[in-house]
Amino acid sequence: MSSDVPTTTSTITEAGAAAKASVAGVDAVPGVSKPDPILTVDHIKRRFGGMTAVDVNHLEVQRGIITALIGPNGAGKTTFFNLITGFDKPSSAPRLIGGPKAGEAAKTTFNGNDVGNTGATKVAKLGMVRTFQLTKALSKLTVIENMRLGARDQPGENLFVSVIKPLWAKREAEITAKAEELLARFKLLEKRDDMAGSLSGGQKKLLEMARALMSDPVMIMLDEPMAGVNPALTQSLLGHIQALRDEGMTVLFVEHDMHMVRHISDWVVVMAEGKVVAEGPSGTVMDDPAVIDAYLGAHHNTDLGDDSLLTDEVAEELAAEVQNEKLTEGETTA
Amino acid sequence: MDQLLQTLFAILNSAISPQTAALAIAAIGLNIHFGYTGLLNFGQAGFMLIGAYGFAISIIAGLPIIVAIIIALVAALLFALILGIPTLKLRGDYLAIVTLSAAEIVRMIGRSSLLTNFTGGSNGITGNEYRGPFTDLSFFGNGQLDLGPFKYDLTGSNGWWFIATAWVIVGLLCLFVWAIMRSPWGRVLRGIREDEDAVRALGKNVYSYKMQALILGGVIGAIAGIVFILPSSLQPDSMGRSETYFIFTALLLGGAATVFGPVLGAIVFFAIRLFVQGIAGQFIPSSIMNGQQTEQFAWIVIGVMLMLVVIFRPQGILGNKKELSFDVK
Amino acid sequence: MLAIVAIVLMVSLGSSSAQAATSDPTPAATASATAACATDAATGCLQGTIKLPSGDPAVGIKLAIKGGNLDTTISTGADGKWSQAITVAGPYTITVDTTSIPDGAVLDSAAKNPATVTGALNKNTGFVFKIVGGTTAADGTTTQTPDTDTGTGITFDRFAQQFASGIRLGLLLALAAVGLSLIFGTTGLSNFAHGEQVTLGGLLAYLFANVLGLNLILAAIISVVICAATGYFQDALIWKPLRRRGIGTTQLMIVTIGLSIALQYTYQYFLGASTVRIDQANPVTVDLGPVTLSQQSLISMGIAVIVIALVGWVLVRTRIGRATRAVSDNPALAAASGIDVDRIIRLVWTSATALAGLSGVLLGLVLNGVNWQTGLQLLLLMFAAITLGGLGTAFGALAGAMIIGLVVELTNLVLPGDFKYATALVILILVLLVRPQGIFGRRERIG
Repeated sequence: MSSDVPTTTSTITEAGAAAKASVAGVDAVPGVSKPDPILTVDHIKRRFGGMTAVDVNHLEVQRGIITALIGPNGAGKTTFFNLITGFDKPSSAPRLIGGPKAGEAAKTTFNGNDVGNTGATKVAKLGMVRTFQLTKALSKLTVIENMRLGARDQPGENLFVSVIKPLWAKREAEITAKAEELLARFKLLEKRDDMAGSLSGGQKKLLEMARALMSDPVMIMLDEPMAGVNPALTQSLLGHIQALRDEGMTVLFVEHDMHMVRHISDWVVVMAEGKVVAEGPSGTVMDDPAVIDAYLGAHHNTDLGDDSLLTDEVAEELAAEVQNEKLTEGETTA
Repeated sequence: MDQLLQTLFAILNSAISPQTAALAIAAIGLNIHFGYTGLLNFGQAGFMLIGAYGFAISIIAGLPIIVAIIIALVAALLFALILGIPTLKLRGDYLAIVTLSAAEIVRMIGRSSLLTNFTGGSNGITGNEYRGPFTDLSFFGNGQLDLGPFKYDLTGSNGWWFIATAWVIVGLLCLFVWAIMRSPWGRVLRGIREDEDAVRALGKNVYSYKMQALILGGVIGAIAGIVFILPSSLQPDSMGRSETYFIFTALLLGGAATVFGPVLGAIVFFAIRLFVQGIAGQFIPSSIMNGQQTEQFAWIVIGVMLMLVVIFRPQGILGNKKELSFDVK
Repeated sequence: MLAIVAIVLMVSLGSSSAQAATSDPTPAATASATAACATDAATGCLQGTIKLPSGDPAVGIKLAIKGGNLDTTISTGADGKWSQAITVAGPYTITVDTTSIPDGAVLDSAAKNPATVTGALNKNTGFVFKIVGGTTAADGTTTQTPDTDTGTGITFDRFAQQFASGIRLGLLLALAAVGLSLIFGTTGLSNFAHGEQVTLGGLLAYLFANVLGLNLILAAIISVVICAATGYFQDALIWKPLRRRGIGTTQLMIVTIGLSIALQYTYQYFLGASTVRIDQANPVTVDLGPVTLSQQSLISMGIAVIVIALVGWVLVRTRIGRATRAVSDNPALAAASGIDVDRIIRLVWTSATALAGLSGVLLGLVLNGVNWQTGLQLLLLMFAAITLGGLGTAFGALAGAMIIGLVVELTNLVLPGDFKYATALVILILVLLVRPQGIFGRRERIG
């Protein structure tokens, strides 16, 4: 993936320039505060057995820009995503008894709401919608059904209403129209009635993104949107992501491919071994020796060729194994 | 030849019997759980038993039949809540084990000698004790009606009145399932069956939907329990683990996640059993296989058939291969 | 698999009918006459259940039934039930053959014997004979043990006795559950036919020790070896090809349900509902302070402890054991690091069925008999044990089994025997509420 990326020639849009400008004066230091943060995270820790997968002290995500989250395999990016979106609970979450000290408990604020102890459903309802690293297209539903499932405010999703079609048919028509519009935009309209399972990997990524957009999110979180997408599609995918920002959405995405990160992101956050080690505008960060070191340091003896085999989970479990072994020998670093 | 004809008649009669309808209804409920939502409910017989006890005990206590039915359905609703609350947030296997266990608990408590006054202990309750109010509702009149191979009393136990009511319920439930499964509600359930995390990420309350599905299928299970005991008697051991397995067999045979699959499956289930038994009884000398053994042989065939269906035709008779309820990679 | 079972049982059937003619039929070996009685317009049923003071079913109690056009003698089945179809309504006299009541128990002095019941057509008529603790003197007079011993009062002696029984059940349960847990861990499959593997062990031991007259130890060894072979061939012929086809675990689980149904009825096909005893001799009991256990129980517990320790040692100390745990942990990673996953799974199936078979043999000895549903009744407890311990962790299964064993037996102290399994399952549900991953399980990761 990290080789031979076609150079892009898109022009910087007005909104893109504004996005870059909004964080122009911000210092490039980990945990720096931003002028207009949509998401603020404090003291998030997550341990698996003996290993700390995520340990982020403070991080802010600026509203209306594209923020890239990068880092080597096992850096804890996906776990971090899970923690923010309510799919996982921090080990440092406040508890009634025996929790962390007052100032050190995990706290996540999204768009003015405290979402630290909120489940995934509610987080999504608040407007933070995510996609998954391994695509979760609902493969035995058709493409259009997948899309409709993403919509909000369908009264027919209530059991008692569902029995009587006229009560939900009107909203269903609106949803379908919107879905078709989005499908057209993502060039999936001709697949409308195919099973989602029959799509290619890249098309599934697109479908997942389009489905997430059905709910008009405030912030969209993309976990490795380019993984497994063929080069021809990546170009349009990049365009779509930029278009989202231009429409006013906040985008946070995890990516391995440095060229793409450099190209489309307005701000870059680097994680390594669970911590935020650097952040700043893409140009600044990617030339930072600490970042290069973090990548090479963790990668130089790992084969990244087969991403499907070596998912973050596997890598983290490997790391956990290694850690356990080492702990018994009295060492502390993974 | 005579015996073949007899077997055929037996199959035809079993196809329309209220017992078959009861199995079909239980399978319709399980279809909502397993077929559409992907919930592994291994306690469907427990829901039947709850419904049966709720109904029979209420009638014996002198309550009107409509109240008895409501009590039975509410009991199943509460049972579903109790089962669902600890398990629906966990991985599917836990629901399987808890429902399996809970159904056994219901049966053990039902047959316990402590409660003999209410439940009749392990002997259960005979049909005469609770059948009256239902028979009284009949507008079929007395006498007998013969339709070809079907010769039944109009109203007497196991008669046309019982058969007609049972199958009208089956029909209404099919219509209901069709209506809710084509709706956005059904779409959410099917999404959950595929990948509940994805649905959660879209802002749907997965836990609540799973609970609704569990309750709905369980309440339909309770209806099946009532239909099951009306023409016969309430025996706790007839609604044990095996019954759940048979409901699964019927569902998979007909086709999970289809509207008519459970109904067809229930009919075919009994037909195959009677067919095997009839053929074995006729063609295998009784020195090799006696009467009792032909019955057991038929059950062995059912077990093997369940294995083969799941392996080679997991979509069942009516299902669509593309829309399997299983995760076939 | 079915074929093997069928052949083995065919031999057993052939020779057991020959044996029945010659040997003195012990109560448990007598086939019960309780083919379930179904009522219809022309048939009624007389029926009941007789239980021992312990709450266990009283097997092989003989009842003489007279009345209508009947004059027959039947006996209670493995579940303590008896039933008799009648075609004539009216009064029937039922007489319990008091000599068929096991030692240490007598008919309650308040019970009528003979009793008269009025049978009706199209109806089940129940009648209960109550059996209580007591002794029968040589002249036939009975002394009923005062209620304090058979009641639900908690004394230290009763506690100790039940505790010992709990340990015994826990150990035998653990033998079977470890295999179930290993299969789940390595393949993700909940094997609903595992109970039938336990039954198979007991039935084979009966076949070899009793029908074919082999030495008991030799019979046990052969049984366990055959059970192991069923596991090996099951994996080779069914499970491995299905894994190759990429069939999901839910589907496989339902396949095991089909297998379970087929095996249960295969056992019934040859044995009917009867309970067979592996060791026909009357058990010799040993007193250890307040605890009384049969010799077979003590030896069985010893064997179970040794085998469980051995399994633990293999899992922790040997290369193959570590590989097994690695496959349980993460099959993809294990395969990537050069472990032959298929070989490990084959080994797990083989040893799991061997352990289940051993458990069946020992249960047969301890419980004084095996029938077609011995394992079926155990399956739920096994599931409860491995869930309690944490799905897929072998040591969790051990701990879970001991807890379940103790709970089941100690329940007898405070609740009637009917509830002993129910309590174990209620505890399972409660534990899931508090600690869903089980005692030793790890929390799942998402994403």
